[in-house]
Amino acid sequence: MATQFDVIIVGGGPAGYVCAIRAAQLGLATAVIEKDKLGGVCVNIGCIPTKALLHSAYVAGLIAHDAKDLGIEVGAVKTDYGVAMRRSRKVSEQNSKGVEFLMKKHKVTVVKGTGVVARNRTVRVGKDEYQARKAVVIATGSRVKGIPQIGLEINKSTVISSDEALFLETQPKTLAIVGAGAVGCEFADIFHAFGSKVTLIEALPRILPLEDAESSDTLTKSFKKRGITVIAGAKVKKATVAKDKVTLEIEAGGKSESIEADKVLMAAGRAVNTEDLGLQEAGVQLTDRGFIKVNQATLETTAPGVYAIGDIAGPPMLAHKGSREGVVVAELIAGHKPQPIKYDNVPSVTYCHPEVASIGMTEEQAKERKLEYQVGRFPFSANGRARTSGDTEGFVKIIRDKKYGEILGAHIVGGHASEIIHELAVARQNEYTVEEVDLAIHAHPTLSEAIAEAALDSMGRVIHI
Amino acid sequence: MTTKVVMEALSPTMEEGRLVEWKKQEGDTVAVGDVLAEVETDKAVMELVARAAGTLLKHVIEAGATVPVSDLVAVIGEPGEDVSGAAGQAGSGAAGRPAPKETQATQPTPGENRPVSMPPAPPAAAAVTAAPRPSEKPPAREGNGAQGAPARVKASPLARRMASERGMDLSAVVGSGPEGRIVARDLEGAAATASSPTAPPPRGPAAVTPLPRRPADAPYTDVPLTQIRKTIARRLAQSIGPVPTFYLTSEVDMERVVEARESLLAGQRGSGAEEKQIKVSFNDIIIKAVAMALRQHPACNSWWQDDHIRYWNEVHVSMAVAVEEGLITPVIRHADQKTLREIAGESRDLAARARERRLKPEEYTGGTFTVSNLGMLDIEEFTAIINPPETGILAVGRMAEKPVAHEGAVTIRRRMRLTMSCDHRVIDGATGAQFLRTLKGMLENPLALVW
Repeated sequence: MATQFDVIIVGGGPAGYVCAIRAAQLGLATAVIEKDKLGGVCVNIGCIPTKALLHSAYVAGLIAHDAKDLGIEVGAVKTDYGVAMRRSRKVSEQNSKGVEFLMKKHKVTVVKGTGVVARNRTVRVGKDEYQARKAVVIATGSRVKGIPQIGLEINKSTVISSDEALFLETQPKTLAIVGAGAVGCEFADIFHAFGSKVTLIEALPRILPLEDAESSDTLTKSFKKRGITVIAGAKVKKATVAKDKVTLEIEAGGKSESIEADKVLMAAGRAVNTEDLGLQEAGVQLTDRGFIKVNQATLETTAPGVYAIGDIAGPPMLAHKGSREGVVVAELIAGHKPQPIKYDNVPSVTYCHPEVASIGMTEEQAKERKLEYQVGRFPFSANGRARTSGDTEGFVKIIRDKKYGEILGAHIVGGHASEIIHELAVARQNEYTVEEVDLAIHAHPTLSEAIAEAALDSMGRVIHI
Repeated sequence: MTTKVVMEALSPTMEEGRLVEWKKQEGDTVAVGDVLAEVETDKAVMELVARAAGTLLKHVIEAGATVPVSDLVAVIGEPGEDVSGAAGQAGSGAAGRPAPKETQATQPTPGENRPVSMPPAPPAAAAVTAAPRPSEKPPAREGNGAQGAPARVKASPLARRMASERGMDLSAVVGSGPEGRIVARDLEGAAATASSPTAPPPRGPAAVTPLPRRPADAPYTDVPLTQIRKTIARRLAQSIGPVPTFYLTSEVDMERVVEARESLLAGQRGSGAEEKQIKVSFNDIIIKAVAMALRQHPACNSWWQDDHIRYWNEVHVSMAVAVEEGLITPVIRHADQKTLREIAGESRDLAARARERRLKPEEYTGGTFTVSNLGMLDIEEFTAIINPPETGILAVGRMAEKPVAHEGAVTIRRRMRLTMSCDHRVIDGATGAQFLRTLKGMLENPLALVW
């Protein structure tokens, strides 16, 4: 006889565990099946430990370059990646324990093991069978993958992924990073700060290719200025993996180049965890791109009563998008009518220094759609608070619809961009126009003032430049 | 200690109330349960009773004013007590946040019209109910209270901006955002409401006349929307579109009109040469009859103005004229005051110039009711589309001989079908039917036209 629950969630990452809490809040008997640690990639080998390391990197840079200026004398600066790594592990463990606590608090049953979805809303874990009265939610997430086609299969010694980079005892002397999305840029920042000679390679014409071109340019300049080699629009033609080094033959701008590095970090591409899940038997179909096919409004798969959330349900592959899907699906299962998710209003953040944050359209997308828009900009070099902390790199850019004043998109590069972007997320969620953003009084001196100024600039009324 | 009196939710759907009449005056002593005022809700006129004993210190709003539920309307306290603190918060939505020294009169009355689930006033804890929330006030409310504030519409700033740019009426849009808020996507399908050709003039002092009266000297009377009118308008517009239309058909015996017209034409033939050109048509007679009937039924001689109704004291009948590019409606002004001969002359002139596209704008705008006639094209009956902001249009079918029972025998008589399209926001079924009956009576007894 199968153990019964109202909702069974396969995967305890940020999508799955949040879904479980919300379902439990709504009075549903809920179980989460997790084969590894609660919190998933995000908590254990993703968002959280990288941010811990980025903080170490930030402080290292601050002490090495700015301390003297700030009136602090500190002798020679010595960094130790191993120590920073162990600290990041501690933070991850605390967070994972925090999720465990939350499961207990909300009386969510956690089943350790690999869940396999079967027909009629049953899930098998080893020999045990679990029956969901209302719904099964698949939230198994994604993992890193290499590019075996060019000889860059992850071997965990010289060709590594973030999974290994997060556990290194020492920084490599030289590091080539393939892929300059958020992960690539963040590791470039971290290892550079710990003394590695970093080469960042991106196939598309610019780093952070999904961000606004101005954001990419500003970050490229910042990286280059501090000595990170950035090669965009580069194709890796060939990779020769030796025992203690890798040689990459790359072609960029019509020129061929050979790059030698102690390690190559693969930061391009993720694979979704759809294998060995029993999807076929359960009647769950996949899309052409390998994600689980879902009804966009309800996130229900092709099998009635089976839902998919998080990375596995399609891009953007971001923890906060998955969490929101978890909440919405829990509410749908409980018979509520949640507000639909605005997928065009999911913030995107890269936590390197300076941070890059965005929401909505890039200027390129607005142009492509032939929208009539007006750009408002404000540089942090003209912002009082940024100057007090010597963090004057970057800008706020707001793309405003010419006719209605709608905030089509917003882009922030600078210190704490990840924090201040949410003013614009709230504005967009509530359909405030640039005028409402300006009308809200911003405290002085704050970085957020730059947002109000960019809003004003989009109307041709900027004050402080 | 003062006690605030707030506009209570006296019906489950009530969002605002119009204070019809103060039953207690400033300085009157009131006991708990005393009727303070009569309030018109979206459904009916109900009583607002005192929840505290004392002296009615201040009327915060005047009779005739409309305020949202939970807004402060009066203050009760000890004689001579300072009310500035309490009364100063009128209209600020602060009624939901009583000052420490004040109690708030919010307990429900045992009145049968109040469902138990409906907190009458806004305790902060009950935030999740469907009750109107005092904190959610539109950023700006136009108009003075006595004119009746426009219905509260919850909409995002972007939706408001889009609606105003596109000339859309948000009160006709169903919101899909949180708590029924109108968001941009709700406007995608909604059509732009035809706005009136002339912008409503700035509103003057309160005109609290509940029913339109015959002209003094003003060409029209603006009447604020009553709560029931607003509810009818909103509900019907939701159901059928921007102009919720219904149709009334009546068959008219035309024998006497035919006779009368023949005598008139015979008379014309004997007179001067120039007048021979102008032969009175059936349509002219119908226009005249419509104009005279409108005088008796001002509700049908009106404009829908979104937040009020304009009852015209003048009668300007538009007549639909088919032209090459489509249709135009030249207006016969003051048709009720014109003779048939004048109407015949004017309609001939207007129609001819309409076909030549030589009408001036003022000759085809400003009508108060429209007559459209397809009888000459052998149409039995049809429905015509209202020409906003007018609220009625009459579709005239062909006149034909039909066997009818008349005075106990089946005889052949000339009959004609009239179909009136009515804007239900202004004209109710009975109102339209009464107008049509008057019109029918006039055509069946043309002498009534000069009565």
